Amino acid sequence: MLLSTNWIREFVNLDGLDLDELIHRFTLSTAEVEDIYHMGEDTEKVVVAKILSVEKHPDSKKLHLLKVDNGTEVVDCVCGAPNVREGMLVAFACEGGKVSGHPINCAKVAGYESHGMCCSESELGMSDDHSGIIEIEEGTPLGTDIKELFGLDDVVFEVDNKSLTNRPDLWGHYGIAREFSALTGRELTPIEKLDLSKYNDLPQVSIDVQDDKLCYRYSAIKVENITKKVSPVKMRVRLYYCGLRAINLLADLTNYIMLELGQPMHAFDLTKVQNIQIKTFDKPLKFDTLDGVTRDIDESMLMICSNDTPVAVAGVMGGLDSEICDDTNSLLLESANFDGVSVRKTSTKLGLRTDASMRYEKVLDPEITTVAIERFLKLLTDIDPEIKVISALSDKYVKKYDIINLSFDKRYVDRYTGIEISNEQILKTLSSLGFDVKLENDTFFVTVPTWRATKDVTIKADLIEEITRIYGYDNFAIDTTLSGLRPAVMTRAKSDETMVKDLLVYKYNLHEVHSYIWCDTKKYKEIGIETRDNVKLLNAMTPEHTNLRYSMIPTLLSFVNENKGFAPEFGIFEIGKIIDGLTSDNLCNEKKHLGIALFSRISDEKSLFFKLRDIIAMLGYDIKHTNISFASTTSSNNWEHPINTASISLNGTQIGTMAVLHPSNKNKIDKKANIVFAEIDMDLFSSISSNDILYKEVSKFPGIDVDLSFIVNENIKYSDISKEWEENKYDYLTDVKLIDVYEGEQSSITLRFSFSSNEKTLSRNEIQPMLDKLIKNLEEKGIYMKK
Amino acid sequence: MQEKILKIKEEFESLINTVENSEALEQIRINFLGKKGQVTDLLKNLKNASNDEKKVLGKEINLLKRHVEEQIASTVEKIKKAEEEKLVNSATKYDVSLPVDFSQGSFHPITLVQREVEEIFYTMGFTIEDFPEVVDDYNCFEALNIPKHHPARDMQDTYYLENGQLLKTHTSAAQNSIMRKYGAPLRAIFPSRCFRNESTDACHENTFFQMEGIMIDENISISNLIYFMKTMLSEVFHKDINVRLRPGFFPFVEPGFELDISCLICGGEGCPSCKNSGWLELCPCGMIHPNVLKYGGIDTDKYTGFAFGLGLTRLAMMKYGIKDIRDLNSGNLKSLSQFKNK
Repeated sequence: MLLSTNWIREFVNLDGLDLDELIHRFTLSTAEVEDIYHMGEDTEKVVVAKILSVEKHPDSKKLHLLKVDNGTEVVDCVCGAPNVREGMLVAFACEGGKVSGHPINCAKVAGYESHGMCCSESELGMSDDHSGIIEIEEGTPLGTDIKELFGLDDVVFEVDNKSLTNRPDLWGHYGIAREFSALTGRELTPIEKLDLSKYNDLPQVSIDVQDDKLCYRYSAIKVENITKKVSPVKMRVRLYYCGLRAINLLADLTNYIMLELGQPMHAFDLTKVQNIQIKTFDKPLKFDTLDGVTRDIDESMLMICSNDTPVAVAGVMGGLDSEICDDTNSLLLESANFDGVSVRKTSTKLGLRTDASMRYEKVLDPEITTVAIERFLKLLTDIDPEIKVISALSDKYVKKYDIINLSFDKRYVDRYTGIEISNEQILKTLSSLGFDVKLENDTFFVTVPTWRATKDVTIKADLIEEITRIYGYDNFAIDTTLSGLRPAVMTRAKSDETMVKDLLVYKYNLHEVHSYIWCDTKKYKEIGIETRDNVKLLNAMTPEHTNLRYSMIPTLLSFVNENKGFAPEFGIFEIGKIIDGLTSDNLCNEKKHLGIALFSRISDEKSLFFKLRDIIAMLGYDIKHTNISFASTTSSNNWEHPINTASISLNGTQIGTMAVLHPSNKNKIDKKANIVFAEIDMDLFSSISSNDILYKEVSKFPGIDVDLSFIVNENIKYSDISKEWEENKYDYLTDVKLIDVYEGEQSSITLRFSFSSNEKTLSRNEIQPMLDKLIKNLEEKGIYMKK
Repeated sequence: MQEKILKIKEEFESLINTVENSEALEQIRINFLGKKGQVTDLLKNLKNASNDEKKVLGKEINLLKRHVEEQIASTVEKIKKAEEEKLVNSATKYDVSLPVDFSQGSFHPITLVQREVEEIFYTMGFTIEDFPEVVDDYNCFEALNIPKHHPARDMQDTYYLENGQLLKTHTSAAQNSIMRKYGAPLRAIFPSRCFRNESTDACHENTFFQMEGIMIDENISISNLIYFMKTMLSEVFHKDINVRLRPGFFPFVEPGFELDISCLICGGEGCPSCKNSGWLELCPCGMIHPNVLKYGGIDTDKYTGFAFGLGLTRLAMMKYGIKDIRDLNSGNLKSLSQFKNK
């Protein structure tokens, strides 16, 4: 929002203050100022002058040769404006002056000397109008400085609208002036209004509030015999500086009041609107707003009607048919207060955010509707004294906010601020902001002014903000907290995650990636992956991103696909959230998963698979000091290899799955590469506590190693063999190592059995019974030694 | 016999003086001192000699034997040295200037920044917590004093799910749970992924990381908040940071602030990256709204607290000079594999 300091100066005296400094304080105490513009800086030595004579340029159709009296001398001037005429008063830029930042020098224009120029409004930065030169009212003394005459010198600053969302009172210059008054300690001047009580006996405007939920207050008045059509220049300049275009006197005045008091107003042509009904409609309808667009109005939108025909969308925009036009000479003036949420919803649905709706959605103070009308009429009468008020100030006040009274004591302020702010300072600050405040026996009793009571200030903590922001946060002494010494909690989930990432990166050279929580069906399709339905987003921007992911793997595989040119061999991982459907309470079953994918054009599938298996086993071993076990299982996702899919278990609980990528997906990514992946539930992983390292004393006596080879086949796996010594007691057996795997006609594995004792040197005789037992028991299970 | 001894000695001398490697030397040892060696033979044959001869010859043969042994021993040393020298001299000098192999895994840049910041907080006694990404309306809005119909709840900002839950739009959504879990006094940070339903471009992502922190205790004041933020941010940026507070409106804090830090580039003098203001807007913070404390089961007569939110994604981008926010979720290893250490 753009704000004019000239305007603010009407309400608070800023003489002798550094405006830039003051605006900076406004940023620190009230709302963020994004820019400061020094208006009028680009204009110098432009004065009121009279065109004494106009002669046609002999060689040009457009140009004229003028003699101009600028109050001190008569000079020659070449002018191309179409509206130039003898005797008119113009804004004349003298030699040595400046227009739009350009210096004005004596120049030859089409062969004739020109000692200055006649200016358009656009050239002086006071409007967009460059159709012709400015015509100044007759009787204005020659030589008058244009900048003074039109109020062109101004410091305008732009406040970030977002930082005003919670302050409905700051959407007009008067509210900003109140802040300046509090910041400077200078008094705020009351608004000059017209006393309308003398019209109380005139007929009321018929106002029928049919929807008392959405319309809080509706005030109106009727005026006729309006003769002036164009706003005074100073008013137009102010509107322009604040970002609005001048239209006509009545429309400009409504805008002017809105920018001054923050109260949106609407002027209806009285010949078209004589009575008011405020209501919603049962059925959708079409309505032409004054910007010329036909809008779809639905049942939720509050409409202003006359004779039950819509004439405005309440709080958003008026209708095309009842708009003020050039021949309007009577009006019905609306100043109303509507439900902020309803206005916001309507303007969002219509895609029509106006200066009015922007203000209403902040929840305006309803007390101000009549003030705005009184102010409007004061300004209108000053401009056009012949106007005639033909109705009483009519007012339907449906919803009044409660008066908010708060109380707090000095200790409350001290505790919140941590510094000493005096009672006097507190009293002064609150009263300068319009709060009614009394101090009795160390307790402050505060009544919140109506313009802060619609939602902004409701509890005593809100008053702390008022006191501290005006005090200035940069004036705070800063101090450390005095808090007890308590250990910070590091959850196991957190430390496990850290270790998993460290191991995967440092030990196995994997790369961590991040991806989205939804499935990307388009990318999945490229690699032939189809996902089942899961919990869905209601409002995804792209339909491909609607289904939430229930597995980490598909996204990791599409990353593998996109990175296949990165290196002949690489691995990626992500720890992230997946949604495993809904719980019985209809809540998302959110889980934290680790996904790993390995890609290789170098390793064969088997060794890649075992590399991944060993990585996972090491995670269990390094982090939990527990063995992770693997077992062949059936694939449950279509991207898993039907034969080589394995479950991953920790302490008997399945915590994940690993698999070779299904050939049909793999071939879509890279026929020559091998791809394997694993997914682990980190919540389950973290639910298992870590074992302490089990220290075994090293035997001082030499042990005996015996190598045995066993025949293996489709039906006999290593785990079938190892079960024998894992489940049965074998004296002195301390370790079993895999020495060799032979794959051929008769496949076999060679194992080294290590026996040792902490008490003595073992003899072969002592271990032979163990070996015999082992071989015998295995034979009973159909597992034979290789001869 | 005498002659034989002499001859053996001569033969040994000529052989030992020309021997070149340890294998040949071992052959010589076997040849003279082995079980069937020439010197051993001499000793064996001694039994055939007369007693007088035995005395003289025995002495000579033993002398010869000792001589051979000594010679071999010293030659072993000599040859070992020579061989080692040869090994050293034949070695090729390595080109240490060859490119270093940095083939190593990498952490996501968010992980790196998050760890760095977490460490700072952990040393300050802050508990680090993790909360779900899918939350309900209560935690994301209601418990944070964000009323129904607040613009923040609009569909265009929030991803709603078909079961009525939503993807959390800010880390503050965990405030209520953490207050209920630990009670007061409390110091905690909760980094998390957040989601906003908006179109993505170089500066906007629908999925990003924030880190929220809260501190609740008796007599926590605005003055403490400023001190804490200044200290903490100076640690984060490894330099002395000045902070300033401006009023900022967030429903879950009162008073609420926008916190600016002195520009990291110019230190506050004013430069293009801070638009000549000397300040960079960094993070929202404020005193926790009494309603939010109340919803969290905290006694507001006894406790006050502050809360702040740090944009981890923004921090990572600032720290590493990442220009396009979309790189972070791209999975592109050419970008991501650069973040190797720590």
